[in-house]
Amino acid sequence: MIVVRVKKELIGPKGKFNLEVDFKVEKGEFLTIFGRSGSGKTTILRMIAGLEKPDEGYIEFDGKVYFDSSKKINIPPQKRNVGFVFQNYALFPNMTVFENVAFALDKKKKENIEKVEEVLKLVELYNLKDRYPSSLSGGQQQRVALARAIIKNPDILLLDEPLSALDYSIRIRLQDELKKIHKMFNLTTLLVSHDKPEVFKLSDRVIYLEDGKIRKVGTPREVFIGKSISGKFSFYGTVLDIRKSDTVKIVTVDINGNLVEVITTTEDLNIGDEVLVGAKAFNPIIKKIN
Amino acid sequence: MLEVLKQIDYSPFLLTFKLAIITTLFLFLIGLPIAYFLAYSKFRLKSAIEAAVALPLVLPPSVLGFYLLLITSKNGFLGKLWQEYFGHQLAFHFEGIVLASIIFSFPFMVHPLTAGFRSINKSLIEASYTLGKSKLETVFRVILPNMKPAILTGITLSFAHTIGEFGVVLMVGGSIEGETKVVSIAIYDAVEKIDYTTAHVYSAILFGISFFVLLVVYMLNKRFEVR
Ligand SMILES: Nc1ncnc2c1ncn2[C@@H]1O[C@H](COP(=O)(O)OP(=O)(O)OP(=O)(O)O)[C@@H](O)[C@H]1O
Ligand SMILES: [Mg+2]
Repeated sequence: MIVVRVKKELIGPKGKFNLEVDFKVEKGEFLTIFGRSGSGKTTILRMIAGLEKPDEGYIEFDGKVYFDSSKKINIPPQKRNVGFVFQNYALFPNMTVFENVAFALDKKKKENIEKVEEVLKLVELYNLKDRYPSSLSGGQQQRVALARAIIKNPDILLLDEPLSALDYSIRIRLQDELKKIHKMFNLTTLLVSHDKPEVFKLSDRVIYLEDGKIRKVGTPREVFIGKSISGKFSFYGTVLDIRKSDTVKIVTVDINGNLVEVITTTEDLNIGDEVLVGAKAFNPIIKKIN
Repeated sequence: MLEVLKQIDYSPFLLTFKLAIITTLFLFLIGLPIAYFLAYSKFRLKSAIEAAVALPLVLPPSVLGFYLLLITSKNGFLGKLWQEYFGHQLAFHFEGIVLASIIFSFPFMVHPLTAGFRSINKSLIEASYTLGKSKLETVFRVILPNMKPAILTGITLSFAHTIGEFGVVLMVGGSIEGETKVVSIAIYDAVEKIDYTTAHVYSAILFGISFFVLLVVYMLNKRFEVR
């Protein structure tokens, strides 16, 4: 289990604010931090990895104290057993795919070579092992970064929006892959994401971060849907357009790229609002589209 | 024609290259840690160090040479120490002009290296740390291999600049045959003695070498970029 209780003053666009969080990650759990840009998500991951120092607080991994401001303990990143996938992947341009992954291990031992090859096969990169990162697609680079981060069996895998730069179909595939790897190694994982479908698909629990504070914690369903609607048929979307028609309004909503029009009488709706579109009293039909 | 070329004394070239190679080697070893510090440290007085490093760019060689002469001569503190340990003063000896060249070419090594260190994406360095590699190992396996053009530029500029220096070497080294008389000084000497043939040959060779060195650098840099 990983215990994180940290505080750090950050300087955002609107001035200083405090990042102050307190949470635990259970062994094998897939936890996601969700929040708007600038809410402090990356900073939390960086503090766990030891790349950034909290002003005060306490970080513990399975009983080992990594950071304790009251006892002046601050273990350097090299000695924390974390796997970190950076937002920009941070692959070493001077090394091949194989060398990038092998870099995580000690110098060339026989069994290490086999281990690297095994992991490369797992993420379907074995055929590209002698290529340099600059000649790979975004999705491939992402998988190299993932392979490099998991090869040492980290106590926790930290993923900073690893899929946000990729287009939709690749993203879906890599989400499946992440899930597979998470299950396979029972890897404790902390993901940063601001894609709700992704959060739903992958996480056991989600932390909703707002301006450096935890606003809600729970399963994605609890956090995002809450108890305001009891129906099973509901979608998140963004308001694109509002037209007035007699006494009602016709609202165009973007639900993950699908546009729908909904009639409503709700007063305080604005363009750009996040809304929940749901139906209570009928049974939706589901049909497989090939 | 060939006869004339054969009669010319080429030893100043040997001396010049010996000087340039030794100077560049020392500069590289000293310049690396300093550039690393300048690129990454948040030390408050860093600007003062940066200014000191850049000073040889703006100081007239004669000013630099004058101070160096004061330090390295028999009564200067370095010259004195040298005299005690090695039995001769620093000034007017090969070691003296090596020291002078190192100081004179300092910014030509440190500036490209600092720029090189700064060009490395911070997340590459952090990735290496999270993968368990020490700062030193990160420098040698991640940072330096990814700043090859900067290293090459630093080495070449220092080398070429050392070959081409005149004022400082003359002040500190005098013009002692086989000890401190490098090509640039030999050319000056030849002209003074109205030996234009020697001056011509020396100058042409230096011209050719300088161009060739720069050509190689630009070609290599292009290759690095392609990758
Ligand atoms: N070391 C620091 N000191 C002070 N402020 C910082 C520091 N690091 C980051 N910040 C500021 O804190 C805020 C949160 O940064 P952070 O990178 O954690 O946000 P984020 O939630 O990851 O955002 P995004 O979704 O855009 O990646 C930003 O406004 C940033 O400028
Ligand atoms: Mg971020």
